[in-house]
Amino acid sequence: MENTKNIKKILGKLGPLLALIVLSAVLTAASPNFLTINNVMNILRQTAVNGLIASGMLVVLITAGIDLSVGANAVLCACIMGMFVDKFGISNPVVLLGAGILTGIAIGCINGLLLTKLHLPHPFVSTLGMKNVLAGLALFVVSTKTISGFPTSITWLGSANIFKSAKFSGIPVAFVAMLLLFVVFHLLLNYTALGRTIYCVGGNPEATRLSGINTDNILIFVYALSGFVCAIAGIVIVGRSGVANPSSAISPYDTDAIAACIIGGASFMGGKGTIWGTLIGALIISIIRNGLTLLNAASDMQYMVIGFVIIAAVFIDVTRNRMEAKARRLAGK
Amino acid sequence: MTDYVVELKNVTKRFPGVVALNNMSLQIKPGEIHGLIGENGAGKSTLIKVLTGVHSADEGELFVGGERQSFKSPNDAKNAGIACVYQELNIIKLLSITDNIFINKTIRKKNSRILDYSEMHKRAHEVMLSLGQDVNEKKPCGNFGMGIMQMVEIAKAVLIDAKLIIMDEPTSSLGEKEVEQLMATVRMLKQKGVAILFVSHKLEELFELCDRVTVMRDGEHIITEEIENMDNDKLITAMVGRTLDNQYPKIDVKKGKVALKVENLNSTGVLHDISFEAYHGEILGIAGLVGAGRTETCQAIFGAFPIDRGDVYIDEKKVTIRSPKDAVRNRIALLTEDRKGQGLVLSLGIDTNLILGNMKRFTKGMWLNKNIIKEIGSGNISDFKIKAPSLKTVVGQLSGGNQQKVVIGKWINTDADIYIFDEPTRGIDVGAKVEVYNIMNKLVAQGKCVIMVSSELPEVLGMSDRVIVMREGRIMGEIDRNAEQFSQETIMKAAWGGRL
Repeated sequence: MENTKNIKKILGKLGPLLALIVLSAVLTAASPNFLTINNVMNILRQTAVNGLIASGMLVVLITAGIDLSVGANAVLCACIMGMFVDKFGISNPVVLLGAGILTGIAIGCINGLLLTKLHLPHPFVSTLGMKNVLAGLALFVVSTKTISGFPTSITWLGSANIFKSAKFSGIPVAFVAMLLLFVVFHLLLNYTALGRTIYCVGGNPEATRLSGINTDNILIFVYALSGFVCAIAGIVIVGRSGVANPSSAISPYDTDAIAACIIGGASFMGGKGTIWGTLIGALIISIIRNGLTLLNAASDMQYMVIGFVIIAAVFIDVTRNRMEAKARRLAGK
Repeated sequence: MTDYVVELKNVTKRFPGVVALNNMSLQIKPGEIHGLIGENGAGKSTLIKVLTGVHSADEGELFVGGERQSFKSPNDAKNAGIACVYQELNIIKLLSITDNIFINKTIRKKNSRILDYSEMHKRAHEVMLSLGQDVNEKKPCGNFGMGIMQMVEIAKAVLIDAKLIIMDEPTSSLGEKEVEQLMATVRMLKQKGVAILFVSHKLEELFELCDRVTVMRDGEHIITEEIENMDNDKLITAMVGRTLDNQYPKIDVKKGKVALKVENLNSTGVLHDISFEAYHGEILGIAGLVGAGRTETCQAIFGAFPIDRGDVYIDEKKVTIRSPKDAVRNRIALLTEDRKGQGLVLSLGIDTNLILGNMKRFTKGMWLNKNIIKEIGSGNISDFKIKAPSLKTVVGQLSGGNQQKVVIGKWINTDADIYIFDEPTRGIDVGAKVEVYNIMNKLVAQGKCVIMVSSELPEVLGMSDRVIVMREGRIMGEIDRNAEQFSQETIMKAAWGGRL
């Protein structure tokens, strides 16, 4: 009895990793180009932006919230930097990075304030609204132009590779940076009082507040943190493409990030999720996109498959919650 | 033909790891009010679920009106005439009384799919009237109190011509007046020949209402007896299997200085000129009916309920408390009445819940200090006799009593001076209650100030040094433990509007 329970628990924890391995095995068999060192690096490169955004999304999801403005926020940060380059001719990287990061944090703070001070019913509504506002702002600050001509100090994060050689495309700096950030998130969520409080706010905000914790401040911090990683993602986007393109503000960054978190074990109900699960979730999404491209599937097919994966992930979340509730009921007997 | 409306014979029900019902038998006669008691975890809920077809028994037989039944679903039980009013009501608050009553058996106009609302309203009104409730059945259920909502559930049972209505702790969320009404309704149903299985934690109610009573312990049948032949001690002995010679282990402590002074607390329409003092080394009881403003008073002191004006002094110094954070900083602890909704993070471990009130004590800089968490947490578990496999056990998996001890542990870890306990023993079993009382004793022995709100008068009388009585947002007066008129009657009178 105990044993099967433990096996189930381990399977639940390792499930995403198992899915990753199976998926990779299938794609390796289907395409000879999949398991090559350069393609793997390619996948890591493609994972960086989504992984960054997903890390912030994870923390928001843990508090039982959601942040739909992430993609627009990242693109707006890129465009703000583009505005400084294009309109004011500034190329000082400190000013540019500062402007981008401050924008991201400020937008996050506004999201947090909308939730906590205006008492809007659910961050779904306010951040969805914010997504549109930001997409508009992104177009406005660069007068709907696509901006290029960023200094290399800015594009380095998104484009540089370590250990590059003639045959090896190198390890993408963006992915390494993302991993470093993930380590910080891991420490934050597991080893600090703040991290523990974030889980508590997600599990039961009322009990947390009545324990003498200012839950409003925690929530504002969480959305600001999401805004911060969006800004970093925005910088990576600029580096990868070399441009700031305002019309990409409505790309599905938000759903990709949510899918990564949910696949990795987070829940819309809050109180759950780990950063390493999110990493696996983000990798799975990149691998699906990469694999479909290798198999010559057009973007229509890619959208549909990702769509189904998201639905399946949410279904798994719901089922998992139901099983846990059942286990609790039985244990309470 | 048998004499019983419902009969369970040697029923056993197992869940992974536990035997919830063990060779349990129960006979219910037509038109009797049958009490069912037992400590939490004694198997009452499982018994109800077997009777209502939620679970099916592993072994044993179930007879309804002499006919052998094996329920596959709750619908089978309903069709056989067994209905249940659960503790957590299945009421949709936004829908009208009529809609709730007819939710799964709508009446349609002849040969059409259109609902016949005039007929449904008429019948809903009739059935509610027959239960002694003259209410507007077109209004949403949420407009009414718990008492009426419960009547709606009973009305559903009446409309399916239930032979047996199970009531699972029906009075736990009702005020005194509503309890009276419920009892009147139950007696009326009995007159009509409906049998009632009345599950309750409150012994007084059983004595007042029941014809016979069954006691369960550890999933087994202990005794079924005419209520006249039983008394408090016998019932408790049967329930716990040992004599609880002292249900209220009150100790004498020398009263210290004023710890908390509240002056003219006002909140429009809810609290009016609340003023009182509470001392170090004293348990101050706050009695009153549900809705008298007791919980609001506690929450107002704790900064969790808005007030218009009023002052709070701690150790004779004026303090400003605008949020629970301020309250905790001023070393006040509030054990809320809603344990699951306001006290615990059910999805997280015991350790996290124990440190939540005082993170500073468990951190070094910004980092959690896992050694101290483990040390103090394990101390809490042994001090309060929390029964759990480990410190990491998810709180949602604990029984009510153990959950309550975790909340108390959380507050004791804040090292507060003033402990406000709002219904500290609600929904926990007798053994755990005594342990909670002992914790309160330990606190006052250390010179702390304890304020206890309780709806159970014996508990208020048993544990308090002084009692203040509230009614409709006002304090009606206070009685000292040593005063002559320190009795249930005096307090009840004051709670109902008399003078002290």
